[in-house]
Amino acid sequence: MAGGNKRKVPDINASSQADISFMLLIFFLVATTMSTDKGLTRVLPPIPPEDVKVEDQKQKERNILLVFVNGVGQLLVGDEQMDIRSLKDKAKEFVLNEADDENLPEKEDKEIEMPDGSTWVYPESKGIISLQTTRDTNYDIYISVQNELTAAFNEIRDDVAMKKFQAKFSELSEDERSVITKAVPMKISEAEPRKGAVKK
Amino acid sequence: MAVMKKKGKKEVPAISTASLPDVIFMLLFFFMVSTTMRDQELLVRYRLPEATEVQKLEKKNLVSYINIGEPVPHMQAKYGTATQIQLNDAFRTAKDIGDFIAAEREQLNEADRAQMTTSIKADEFTKMGIITDVKQELRRANALKISYAAIERQGNNND
Repeated sequence: MAGGNKRKVPDINASSQADISFMLLIFFLVATTMSTDKGLTRVLPPIPPEDVKVEDQKQKERNILLVFVNGVGQLLVGDEQMDIRSLKDKAKEFVLNEADDENLPEKEDKEIEMPDGSTWVYPESKGIISLQTTRDTNYDIYISVQNELTAAFNEIRDDVAMKKFQAKFSELSEDERSVITKAVPMKISEAEPRKGAVKK
Repeated sequence: MAVMKKKGKKEVPAISTASLPDVIFMLLFFFMVSTTMRDQELLVRYRLPEATEVQKLEKKNLVSYINIGEPVPHMQAKYGTATQIQLNDAFRTAKDIGDFIAAEREQLNEADRAQMTTSIKADEFTKMGIITDVKQELRRANALKISYAAIERQGNNND
């Protein structure tokens, strides 16, 4: 019995533990991907019901800024050709219409409910940016135009958020953010391509 | 002399590898947390366009992917180099998007269906005609939340 007490359980050799965890590591390296899913999010307009007349949706000319991208990547904004670098400022000028110009979009006072229950009246712009392409426009030009327009709206939202909440849009809480989004909705209409290279 | 002898016999002690498993485990946990399972094999090659105003897609299980681009080299023998649309694990046409969206929607909870997002991962040299066809089909399938996948570019090209 005394001999039995003396006998020790041998240590389990742990040197293969590293190999096992290496194998696991390599499995995860191979079978997984880094989550880098980022993109420009948009909400498409629903397909209008057949019986709705097109006339109802007609907008006043001053409320629409037409951005047209052709097959070689040239931009037509309103009725002038423009470099993509000036598009953001043009879009901001159009949406804000600070001088209440007659040729720029109308504004409509909108009552927005604040998180604390009060209402806030903000002159919402009725401007819509209509983005049109041809069927042979390259996707990357389309994305850079979308990017510039998003940047314009983001800057306006930042400004409005700064005035209202003294913070940037990205630093706001969920409720405050939805207030700003209601005040400055991202009105970009992505129409179907016109006079396409392929005839339908 | 005795001192000299001792010196000669002395060996460099082996570096302890006892902490190696711990280091590897740390790496392993890092990868387990920061990555997600690869859910489909890519049959098309794409280079996403760059943008600065990108938003991260939350809740990956609510996202369905539409990959658009040139077939990968081993598929080119069969399909050529024309731009293809990949849904799940096969090349499809824009007409099949309705069924694809219906199937994806079926997999989600009732409550999550409104939140479903479709991520369009298209090569930067894709023609807008294809993108527009895809968008029209998505509208028809009532999958209105979309995301144009893009790589984040730091800074702004205006500065």
